[in-house]
Amino acid sequence: MKSSEITLKCHKIIGGYGEGEALVSHEPICFYLTDPKTGVVRERSHELAGKNIASKVLVFPSGKASSVVQIDGLFKLALHNVAPKALIVKDAETVLIVSAFLVKVPLVDRLEKDPFEIIRSGDFVKVDAEKCRVTITMK
Amino acid sequence: MYLTKEEERILAGEFGEGTRKALELLVAIGDAYDAEKMIPISRAHAASSGQEGDLYFVELLADGGARCRVPTSTNPVYDIGYFHRLFDDIPEDEAEVARRVMEAYKQVGAILSWSCIPYMAENIPLYSENVAFSESSATPYVNSVIGARTNREAAQSALAAGVIGKVPEYGLLIRENRKGTHLVEVEASLKDEFDYTLLGYYVGKRVGYGIPVLTGISRQPSTEEFINFCAMSNVSGAISMFYMPRFTVEASTVEEAFQGDFSGDRITVTDRELKECYEELQTTSGQIDFVMLGCPHYTLKQLGDVARLLNGKKIHDGVAFWVCTSATGKVLAERNGYVSVIEKAGGRVVVDTCIDEPCWIAYKNKVGMTDSPKCAYYRRFKEAMVARLQDCVEAAIRGRWG
Repeated sequence: MKSSEITLKCHKIIGGYGEGEALVSHEPICFYLTDPKTGVVRERSHELAGKNIASKVLVFPSGKASSVVQIDGLFKLALHNVAPKALIVKDAETVLIVSAFLVKVPLVDRLEKDPFEIIRSGDFVKVDAEKCRVTITMK
Repeated sequence: MYLTKEEERILAGEFGEGTRKALELLVAIGDAYDAEKMIPISRAHAASSGQEGDLYFVELLADGGARCRVPTSTNPVYDIGYFHRLFDDIPEDEAEVARRVMEAYKQVGAILSWSCIPYMAENIPLYSENVAFSESSATPYVNSVIGARTNREAAQSALAAGVIGKVPEYGLLIRENRKGTHLVEVEASLKDEFDYTLLGYYVGKRVGYGIPVLTGISRQPSTEEFINFCAMSNVSGAISMFYMPRFTVEASTVEEAFQGDFSGDRITVTDRELKECYEELQTTSGQIDFVMLGCPHYTLKQLGDVARLLNGKKIHDGVAFWVCTSATGKVLAERNGYVSVIEKAGGRVVVDTCIDEPCWIAYKNKVGMTDSPKCAYYRRFKEAMVARLQDCVEAAIRGRWG
């Protein structure tokens, strides 16, 4: 069966390009609650518990938790080369923007269609923040 | 977002790489919030933390030649000289990060306040000023108690704002966004500073993210009561602003606080809810190894309270007794004789220091007490029970709680 591809416009917050397998979370994410060396989500009650966010294109509603821990969390993942390749969110807030800025991971929001309707974990997603474009290849 | 000629020149690198990076971050935030333009601020407070993400950005700016254009104060890290003389088990790599962070903030020309209550002495906003204050306990204080305007900033966005002297205009800088979201009817009897600690903890938990409007407050809260409410409502929630009509400056009535549009949740707080919060914070009892006070930093008044409670007493041999305050707070407390009373009883008063720092590693497996849920939350200890100051002091003397 031929895989289908769809391209959506988006709004750039932090520029750059990143591609990888999609990982969708319906719950907000705190990067501090992942293993900084592997990218595995440690937060026991989280829907992504035990999943690995390393090198993924992460689709999630928003960030959460205090600024210091959130920023340090993503920063440590990046130091170990296990940060996500791109971030697609519904609500960007200051702390998440700062986090993505520091580790130079593209961050976009306002996809022209609801990303939670279109993107499934395992799809292959290219985020071209500079061109305000997200391309999804369904698995 | 509209950019001035000067801002475009900054982004083109004409003012150096550090300044360019600072504005680049602010523009990204402005774009995300659809801000129309940048507006001037009078001051900033960067919640420096001595962690790697903090270090990376402040060094990026410092090495790139950036300097703060408006007064920009700093949050506590730890008193490196003092703690390394006392303890030899502080991890060297973490100590090195703290050292470099403190040096880099000096290089960018920040006010080296190392205090989480800078609005008390080193960097005091005025009513209706636009500012950029990070530190989750300082943000609501300057918005609500002082009536200045700030968004909930990260350390980095606040530092960038200090360097540029501007912030993107969005969120709580705009009057319409400063309206109440939750009505909190306080029926509990609020007797002392610790009751405001419990009230903040409960309101943060119930509201989560929003602007609570509190009614039923029967007398003017003290400075310290406000500080506690601000700090603890940001342990259990994210409260960047609140109203206590008549006692906070911006709205004199409930209607005004809601800008005539109340459709949100209604929450009632009685003595029972506060008692339940208190019980939730009693995680264990028995022998204690330490008492930790000053999260947020104790004011001069609170240092006086500690001195009065300890006057002529002796802290139990097995208990380490710590009080964190600002450098200015300690200078005055020494002058007033509070520090010598506390030290004579066996306690220590330390400056520049936060609970969430590697200097406390000696207590990693210890059990102790604090009057602050925020202190307990940081998990630098095996267990930290939360109780009133008087109970903490009594437990320190007896060597046990409960």
